[in-house]
Amino acid sequence: MVKREDGRKPDEMRPIEIKAGVIKNADGSAMVKFGKTIAIAAVYGPRAMHPRRMQEPDRTVLRCRYSMVPFSTTDRCRPGPSRRSTEISKVTREALEPALFLDEIPKTVIDVFIDVIAADAGTRTTGINAASVALADAGIPMRDLVASVAAGKIGKEVMVDLAGKEEEETSCDVPIAYMPRSKQVTLLQMDGDIPVKDFNDVLKMATKSCEQIYKKQKEALGERWIK
Amino acid sequence: MTENVLKTDNSQTKMLKNDKDFVVPGDEIVKSMEYLPGRNCFREGDSLISKRLGLVNINNRVISVIPLSGVYLPKVGDMVIGEVKDVQSNGWIINMHAPYMAFLPLSGIKEFVDTSKTSLSKIFGVGDFLYAKISGASGDSLQVSMQDNMCRKFRSGQIVKIISVKVPRVIGKQGSMINLIKDKTGCRINVGQNGFIWIEGEKEELAKNAIKLVEQESHTDGLTDKISALLENKGGKK
Repeated sequence: MVKREDGRKPDEMRPIEIKAGVIKNADGSAMVKFGKTIAIAAVYGPRAMHPRRMQEPDRTVLRCRYSMVPFSTTDRCRPGPSRRSTEISKVTREALEPALFLDEIPKTVIDVFIDVIAADAGTRTTGINAASVALADAGIPMRDLVASVAAGKIGKEVMVDLAGKEEEETSCDVPIAYMPRSKQVTLLQMDGDIPVKDFNDVLKMATKSCEQIYKKQKEALGERWIK
Repeated sequence: MTENVLKTDNSQTKMLKNDKDFVVPGDEIVKSMEYLPGRNCFREGDSLISKRLGLVNINNRVISVIPLSGVYLPKVGDMVIGEVKDVQSNGWIINMHAPYMAFLPLSGIKEFVDTSKTSLSKIFGVGDFLYAKISGASGDSLQVSMQDNMCRKFRSGQIVKIISVKVPRVIGKQGSMINLIKDKTGCRINVGQNGFIWIEGEKEELAKNAIKLVEQESHTDGLTDKISALLENKGGKK
């Protein structure tokens, strides 16, 4: 068995901390920590959509903005949208949309702002976890919570929640978002390549970890609302 | 015959959550075809699932979820408090923290106005708070009216904002909670269903604190006692 950088087992995630309701002025918010990675999500709405030409006559629009704050990395990272953050915003939106009932209040928008305040691999998955808790906290009708984690392969070993240097060593990195109740995958990306039989192991391990995250998300919401 | 059917069905019913249990979106409440989905619930296969974060409410065969958070969804007949956002040639745009802006047409006010002589901003200006009734809510259009006798413009006092789903607790059963606060503080209070509350009186701050406490602890038992204790203590000190 390959020893991991921080001594974790292959199927063990970093220590997770989830807190709902961290931003007072947002309709819903959440903070999620995965080891050294921290993401904060704020949800506003459903509210009137401006500019009006962007509103949909029969449904609510979900608008996601993922960004990394300048001090989130060791080198300063340039603020504002980049090619990378635009792409992650899009996949985040598509990972969350299947979980929402968007046809109940037409012509409105739900804004989701995800800020990564400390980045140490797995920022998009951490962001999705935070956004999902924040959406539930905002009282938005949902089919299920979305849990998200990455899995990959280092050498011959399949591992979950790659962190730090591991991400550079992997031959394959697969971030997924998953709705545990209906067992549906809403995000599936892959960097690198992997044999099909190993891919199934990666997917199995990631979905199993998502179930654990799902439990923590529920606990966090419970703590926020029922003291 | 009916009894028989119920008996066989009951054996298949699997209650996963009880009345007043906390649920998050996606939580299964019951696995049975015997129950019907009410508000904030949906059916998937055999099971009834919560749509929103809230507390389970089981009413005979209907299961619903009472939400703990979320924006105000307007209903016709609700009394609301809104802020004038804009004055137009034929009415006012009202913001009441709902997903849509509301419109108060000139025909929605009691007095007759000759638009060629008086400008509408003389009647209600931008920033005024109004107590109004929702007269129309269909699709994305929302209309309010001031025809009701209770409707008026607030000239003094202050506005407190709470989450709209907590409004029923602030009012209490048959107005018990709000009457308690009114009696103990001597304040005049108007509650809008959208979560805006207008307070006026000498002990405005005390009334405000009491309302905020109701909002924070709306799900706990013995809330009326807590509030009356708070009001008594503060009243005694003064």
